[in-house]
Amino acid sequence: MLLEIKDLHVNYGAIKAVKGISFYVDKGEIVTLIGANGAGKTTTLRTITGLERAANGTVHFKDKDITNIAPHRIVEMGITHVPEGRRIFTNLTVMENLKMAALLRKDPEGKKASYEEVFELFPRLKERRSQPSITLSGGEQQMLAVGRAIVTGGDLVVLDEPSMGLAPKIVDEIFEVIQRMNKEGKTILLNEQNAFMALSIANRAYVLETGNITIEGPASDLLTDPRVKEAYLGS
Amino acid sequence: MEKFIQLLVYGLQLGSIYALLAIGYTMVFGIIRMINMAHGDFLMMGSYAVFFIVSLFFADQMLGPAIALFVILAGASITGFIGVGVERIAYKPLRNRPKISSMIAAIGVSLFTQNFFRAIPFIGPNPRTFPKLLKDVLFYVGPIQLSLVRIVVIILSIVIMSVLYFIIMKTTIGMEMRAASCDKDASSLMGINVNRVISATFFIGAGLAAISGAFYANNYPVLTVTMGATLGNKAFIAAVIGGIGDIRGAVLGGFIMGVIEIMISSVYSELAYGISFVVLIIILLLKPEGLLGKPMIEKV
Repeated sequence: MLLEIKDLHVNYGAIKAVKGISFYVDKGEIVTLIGANGAGKTTTLRTITGLERAANGTVHFKDKDITNIAPHRIVEMGITHVPEGRRIFTNLTVMENLKMAALLRKDPEGKKASYEEVFELFPRLKERRSQPSITLSGGEQQMLAVGRAIVTGGDLVVLDEPSMGLAPKIVDEIFEVIQRMNKEGKTILLNEQNAFMALSIANRAYVLETGNITIEGPASDLLTDPRVKEAYLGS
Repeated sequence: MEKFIQLLVYGLQLGSIYALLAIGYTMVFGIIRMINMAHGDFLMMGSYAVFFIVSLFFADQMLGPAIALFVILAGASITGFIGVGVERIAYKPLRNRPKISSMIAAIGVSLFTQNFFRAIPFIGPNPRTFPKLLKDVLFYVGPIQLSLVRIVVIILSIVIMSVLYFIIMKTTIGMEMRAASCDKDASSLMGINVNRVISATFFIGAGLAAISGAFYANNYPVLTVTMGATLGNKAFIAAVIGGIGDIRGAVLGGFIMGVIEIMISSVYSELAYGISFVVLIIILLLKPEGLLGKPMIEKV
């Protein structure tokens, strides 16, 4: 197991956002968490990477306990988190955003190669490399957010709602890149409201409802599961 | 005309002092969205640090330029570390609380340092006389009499500010600072140690305040524990005029404040402080985000 979450509880003050969930991600998998707004998906991811504190339970990554460790140390251990809403540094240029993502990389050659890889995948970013990233469109910002993850190069890439607010064509492009990253050896943990897209590319899936995991299984099974169909696939 | 140019030099010198001090306000605000009401006290601590270094090691000597610069930088480093300590002890625990809490903490820090310094026997309540760091040389450009030290202070300040601008725009720690000022969560997800970046910001801000204090005391050589308060207020106004959060704005605002203050004082000195506020109000009425500031969007 690359990532193992056991009995995780997260609270915001008196509000219990995550109420004791357990799941795991194996090396090389694409695993998706689906569920409605407020189900606790984002909180779960933010707790894995140390942005929120777990009130109870543990997070293990590569067999090490990483529960409640500072985020920058978790990145160092190999989890790359593409947060909800892209969160690019709008006051920095496109290139500077990528440089920030490469902060922990010690190999100058690998760094350069990863910049090139991003520019190859998203030629539009290359054109705009020295522009302040606030001038990018929403889709380009998401490309930059995913580009940063490629540059950081963790073994586990955690993506939070990468399709949010994007045109269908761009969503396809982003999902292709996610699959490509997976083929190149990255393990993917994906939060996605667009359950159909997520289940189509994932190996396994978990359904979150108000802080609990209610359904889990192979993604192909969930695609045909009547409960999932009714609630999340709109048919 | 000669009078005007002389006043302009005085104004630019005072302005460079305000500018160095205003940079600290603006950098701290940029990165943790907090007005550090105790920032002026770093100026006070810096001047005392330089005062003690000089009286301990170089008593009653006139310092050469190299030693003077070294002494100022030593004072700045000491103050820088105090700044880092203040942030760790007083502000960090409140970082995720409402902003008003850390602002009140800052007022507390300011009151505490002033009164604590007053209570320390070897500082005490009585004003100290700051040593002349450099022998001043007066020289003439045509009919205009100028002071070499004043010119040196202006040039040094501009050099220091340019170095800082280079650090912020071109180095990794500078880029980390800009990233953290934009989005702290996202920064830590890139592997940026946000605590370290905030410490660096306080180190630079407090250090610059100390340099500003040494420059100020070199001209107005009376040290008191409350000297930072008024200067701090003026520098804060300068930072707001320029657009808080923007370093170039702080520099511009500092020079505007200095020149206006000197010009007004030459006519009627009692009015100078008041006029600064009038300028502030006019600029904020016309451009609420300050001269170089960008309109801020509050994220919900």
